[in-house]
Parts: sequence; structure tokens; C-alpha cells
Amino acid sequence: MSARRSWRKLVNAVMFFITGLCAAAAVFILLFILGYLVYFGGRSLNWSFLTELPKPVGESGGGMANAIVGTGKLLLLAALIGVPIGLLGGIYTAEFSGRIAAWLVRYTADLLSGVPSIVIGIFAYTLVVIPMRHFSILAGGIALGIMVIPATIRSTDQFLRSVPSTLREGALALGVSYWRAVATVVLPAALRGVITGSILALARVAGETAPLLFTAFSNRYWSPGWSQPTASLPVMIYTYAISPYDDWRRQAWAAALILLLLMLAINITVRYLLSSGKRMHS
Amino acid sequence: MATAASTDIMPETTFHHAWDNSRITLEPKIEVSDLNFYYGANLVLQDINLSVPGNQVTALIGPSGCGKTTFLRTLNRMYETMRNTRVTGKILLDGEDVFSIDVTQLRRRVGMVFQKPNPFPKSVFENVAYGLRINSRLRGGVLADAVERSLRRAVLWEEVKDKLHESAYSLSGGQQQRLCIARALAVNPEVLLLDEPCSALDPIATAKIEDLLFLLKSQCTIVIVTHNMQQAARVADYTGFFLLGKLVEFDRTETIFKKPSRKETEDYITGRFG
Repeated sequence: MSARRSWRKLVNAVMFFITGLCAAAAVFILLFILGYLVYFGGRSLNWSFLTELPKPVGESGGGMANAIVGTGKLLLLAALIGVPIGLLGGIYTAEFSGRIAAWLVRYTADLLSGVPSIVIGIFAYTLVVIPMRHFSILAGGIALGIMVIPATIRSTDQFLRSVPSTLREGALALGVSYWRAVATVVLPAALRGVITGSILALARVAGETAPLLFTAFSNRYWSPGWSQPTASLPVMIYTYAISPYDDWRRQAWAAALILLLLMLAINITVRYLLSSGKRMHS
Repeated sequence: MATAASTDIMPETTFHHAWDNSRITLEPKIEVSDLNFYYGANLVLQDINLSVPGNQVTALIGPSGCGKTTFLRTLNRMYETMRNTRVTGKILLDGEDVFSIDVTQLRRRVGMVFQKPNPFPKSVFENVAYGLRINSRLRGGVLADAVERSLRRAVLWEEVKDKLHESAYSLSGGQQQRLCIARALAVNPEVLLLDEPCSALDPIATAKIEDLLFLLKSQCTIVIVTHNMQQAARVADYTGFFLLGKLVEFDRTETIFKKPSRKETEDYITGRFG
């Protein structure tokens, strides 16, 4: 009896130790990356990095203003393309489709989100770059937009389905058509979650490099309009980090830090959205 | 004497007023004949024949799973939101076949209040204004007046007039249920269906809703499903007793409770089962 009990206690202690160790390792790795980025990136970050174009090869100094703006434009395009399709597709899946269609959409979305990002890049290359005969922001935005769709569909679908059916019935019982009930009661009730899901999907593609390599390509100058190749932070990090120049490698650290701060800002915005506006809901 | 259990062997022509309608002198608001309801392959309601008198309170009682809620949901076709359901038979609203009326029109005429209060995640004002905005496109002062009128009809105005723009969830359960009644009343339904509206409420909130039903019956026809026989006895002019998917008996409430003509009804009312 007591041998069994001490054995149980031992197993308990061992499991506590192992799980705790793994959790600590995870936290340590993340903190290590963060610290490293802040330390090296912070040292190389200065005003001209944020405001100037890259200097010609061989000259030190200069910045990545064009890449920062480029990433912003790419994300804007990705949002304009991916969010409406994902949102409306999610609404269809949760509210209007039959069981088989819903299963099909969810399954396809899961498959699509598992497709390697470089394959999405090749797809956008074939679809946009080849007909246009040159790299462009548009091609990069389409590649990122496609990657936003599955996550947005899934999160929209999930948040809509978590709205209690009694709310739908309440609206329908007033003689409201199904679409209006969804648009005026169900969607508003799930809106915070739906917006959060879309923003997180965008944050996830903000750091994608592979699909941009042969769609948006890169550019050492400003990229006016939407049909020119553009610099972006992830591709600049890639190019600068593998370069033989010390100054470039320092700037790669700074670019990585900026990308991290961008994600942080997005995440904080999402937290804020989630916490505000709770009043009407609970 | 005709009874529900025997309707299946009776010739069709005698169905309609199987319930000794000589005593029901009022104009019927809803007439149900030969109603069958299937959920998948299960027959949930069988041969329901019933006339709901206008401007009266009609209660439907019976043990859990007897089909009374399902029956209520056929009257405004709310059952259509569930998959795998099928209805045969006829339901007439003022002589009009409800299955040929546009469903949104039907539900504007036949409002519904649910078992659990289900206010929308909006303000008190917006909850009541919801149906008005969509159905009648009222705005501004006219809309505000209509909202106040509906809240007064639901005897809720005095309690919420200072917090019209707070979340509906800040109200108590009983207030939320009266808010749902106000929301349903706002579109001026001819019939109000209530599905066990007090089952989640305390006795005081229940009493308020019962008083309210008494006030409302001059303005619309009320059909209420209830688990609580005392409640049926208190509020209803007519009562129907459902058992195992059949309407066993329908009559004046007094008659049902004092001298029911069917053994099953008497057993249920005296608490021998159910």
C-alpha cells in the first residue's frame, strides 16, 4: 500500500519536473530570441534606418524606409484580397451551407493553410508575374492574400458558430430574413472575435519571406504604385543577413527588430479590441 | 363525444371541431387540422386538430417530450430552422394557410418569446427598436416613441427608462424576459407565442409576466406552453393537454381542471404521472 503510494508520489514529482522543464525551455528560447533581437537590432537601429533608402553597395549607412513602406503596402493588399474572401466564406460555412459543403470548405481551408508558403509563391508567380512579365507588389499581395484566406475562414466560422442559436431564433422570430439576422445580430455578436482572427491571420503572413522572393522580389528604391517590384522587411532580412558586409548584417538585425515590433503592435491592438466592447456582451 | 385519441378513425369532415366547439363561441384565430410533424422518421406530433380562439390566452400543458413546444414552433414555422423536419396538415391564420404566407410576413404577425431570455447583445433601446427598424423603417422621435410604447405594454418602462442605452444584459432575468416580450410586441403581432417563458425565472418575475399576459390579451391572441399546471390554471382561458405527440383534450381551462373528460388528463392534473 505504502509502496504504491510512494511510487505514485514519485511519478507525480517526475512528471511535474519534466513538464515544468519543457515549459521553461520554451519560454527560455523565446526570451533568448527576443533578447538577442533587441540587443543587436537596437544597436543598429537609428533614425536614418527608418527614413532613408539603402545606400549603394560598398557605402555604409542608409536605411530601409522603402522596405517598411513595402511591407505595409503588401499587408494592405493581402488584407483587401484575403479578408473579404475569408470573412464571407466563413459566414457561408457557418450560417448558410449544408453539412457537406461546410465540411468541404473547412477541410479545404485546413489543407490550404498547410500548403508550404513557397508553393503559394509559385502559384502567384504563374498567375500574375508571368502574364505581367515582371515582379510586382500586386503579385506579392496576392500571394500573401491567399495565405490569409484559410485562417480567416476558420476563425470566422468558429466565432460565428459560438454565437448561441437562441440569438438567431430571436431575430428570425421577428420576421427578419436569415441574411439580415446574420448581418445584424449574429455577426455583431461575434464581431470582436472575427476581427481578431483576421488581424492575427495578417500578422502571421507579415513575416513570410518565401512567397515574396519571386513575386514582390525586391527593390533598392521606392516602389511607386502597385505594379513595380518592392522591397519588404522579410526579404531584406534574408538578403542582408547572408551578405558579406558587416553594415548590412547589422541592418538585418534592425529590420528583424522592426518586424517584431510590428507584430507586437498588432497583437496589442488585438488584445485591446478583445478587452474593450465587452460591456454589451456579458 | 369526440376525443383526440379517436380522431384517427373518424371521418375527415368531423375533425374540425372535435372539441365541442359549441362552448367556444369566439372567432378562431388559428385553426389547425390534421397536423403531423416528423423529425427524421419519427412522428413527433400526430393528428393535431385545434382552434385557438382570438384575444384569449391558450395554454398548452403536458409532460416533457409530449410535443407541445414542437407544436408551438409549427405555428410560426420556427421548426424550419431545424434540419430533417417535415409537416403535413393545415394551419390557418385568420383563414389563410400559413404555409403559403411568406415566412417573414408570417413571423411578423405571429411573434415568439423563448424559454430562456435571449436579448440581443445590444442596448435596451436597440433591442426593442430592432424589429421596428427592419420592419417599419421608423427613425428618430417616432422610433423612440414606439420603443417607449412597447416597453410600457410590457410593463417594463418604469424600470428601464433611465438605462435605455445600457446593455440588455445588465437587466435581471425577469426584466430580460419582459424586454424580449417588448421586442416581440414592438412589431404589433396578432398572435404571441410563449415557450415556457417563466421556466428560468423566480416567482416574483413569474407573477409579473402572468399579470402582463392578462393585460395583453385584449391586444393579441396568446398561446403559452407551460410546464407549470398552476400557471396554466392562473393565466389561461383555454387549455390543451398534450401527451405522447397527441392532443388529448382541449377545452375551457375551468373544465380541464375541474372535470376533464379524459382519464389521462385527470391523471396528469391530479399528479398521478408526468
